[in-house]
Amino acid sequence: MHIFEGFLPSPWWQIWFVVSIPVILFGMYQLNKLVNERREVVPLLAVAGAFIFVLSSLKLPSVTGSSSHPTGTGLAAILFGPAITAVLGVIVLIYQTLFLAHGGLTTLGANTVSMGIIGPLVAFLFYKAASKAGVNFYLNVFLATAIADWVTYVVTSVQLALAFPHPEGGVLVSLAGFAGIFATTQVPLAILEGALTALIMKYVVQIKSDVLVDLKILTPEAVAKLKEGMK
Amino acid sequence: MKLEYIVAIVVVLFAAQFFYGVSINPDSEFGGADGAAGDIIGEISPGYEPWFEGIGFEPPGGETESLLFALQAAFGAVVIGYTIGYYKGKSSK
Repeated sequence: MHIFEGFLPSPWWQIWFVVSIPVILFGMYQLNKLVNERREVVPLLAVAGAFIFVLSSLKLPSVTGSSSHPTGTGLAAILFGPAITAVLGVIVLIYQTLFLAHGGLTTLGANTVSMGIIGPLVAFLFYKAASKAGVNFYLNVFLATAIADWVTYVVTSVQLALAFPHPEGGVLVSLAGFAGIFATTQVPLAILEGALTALIMKYVVQIKSDVLVDLKILTPEAVAKLKEGMK
Repeated sequence: MKLEYIVAIVVVLFAAQFFYGVSINPDSEFGGADGAAGDIIGEISPGYEPWFEGIGFEPPGGETESLLFALQAAFGAVVIGYTIGYYKGKSSK
């Protein structure tokens, strides 16, 4: 659930654009370089982008009595890093803004920061750290994407709280209010997203493990071990 | 197949939390969390009006909106299914 059109007053909507635009530009540069140097990643890029399309279109009901949608960004973040994921995220956000009146152009910067940048950055860093620590690959993917999904909506709550501080209690009281909706509603969705991402990652290992080694996501030994487990 | 079973269990648990949610929120229509956040903004800053209306296409109603969301999901699913199927077929030769 993105921040509605027109729902961020000055200076906040500009601030989030200023934060997101350099990341998008860097992501486009990285994307261009990746596609030119390694043509073989293009199908994986398509799958990662399409995964964001599917998951962010699913408005799912949560135990809290509200609905929200997953982000789908964890897969791309682990495969290609947060900057390229930000570019993919922006494409989805623009589609939803222009055709579905979901999110908004003036809030595009803020929504890009939460869904396209900070969430994926958390997934990416978590994956790398847990990978070093020797956590099981699929458990790692599950945790990284579930946490990233949840963090995305915590960031949304922070963005709204900063823009709408409570007249008496200030930003923290507002944050409690917004996070009380977004962060709680998102918990079951985040778990589901983590599980679905781990599953699709298994198919990626089956069909394109060479690219995973190329992108330094897995070592050849780890791939061999995972494939052994599939037999 | 082990991971598939685990994911299936997670999906069942997800459905269970929804039904539990329905039973503890009998009057809820499970509207969007963004709408609920809009209500909070109304409480914190009464009289706040969105200052921009948007220039994109606005679906005239829920039917058209669900069509466009379904198209978004279908497009993504086709790309994923085609790509994975293509490489799976290629590798099994």
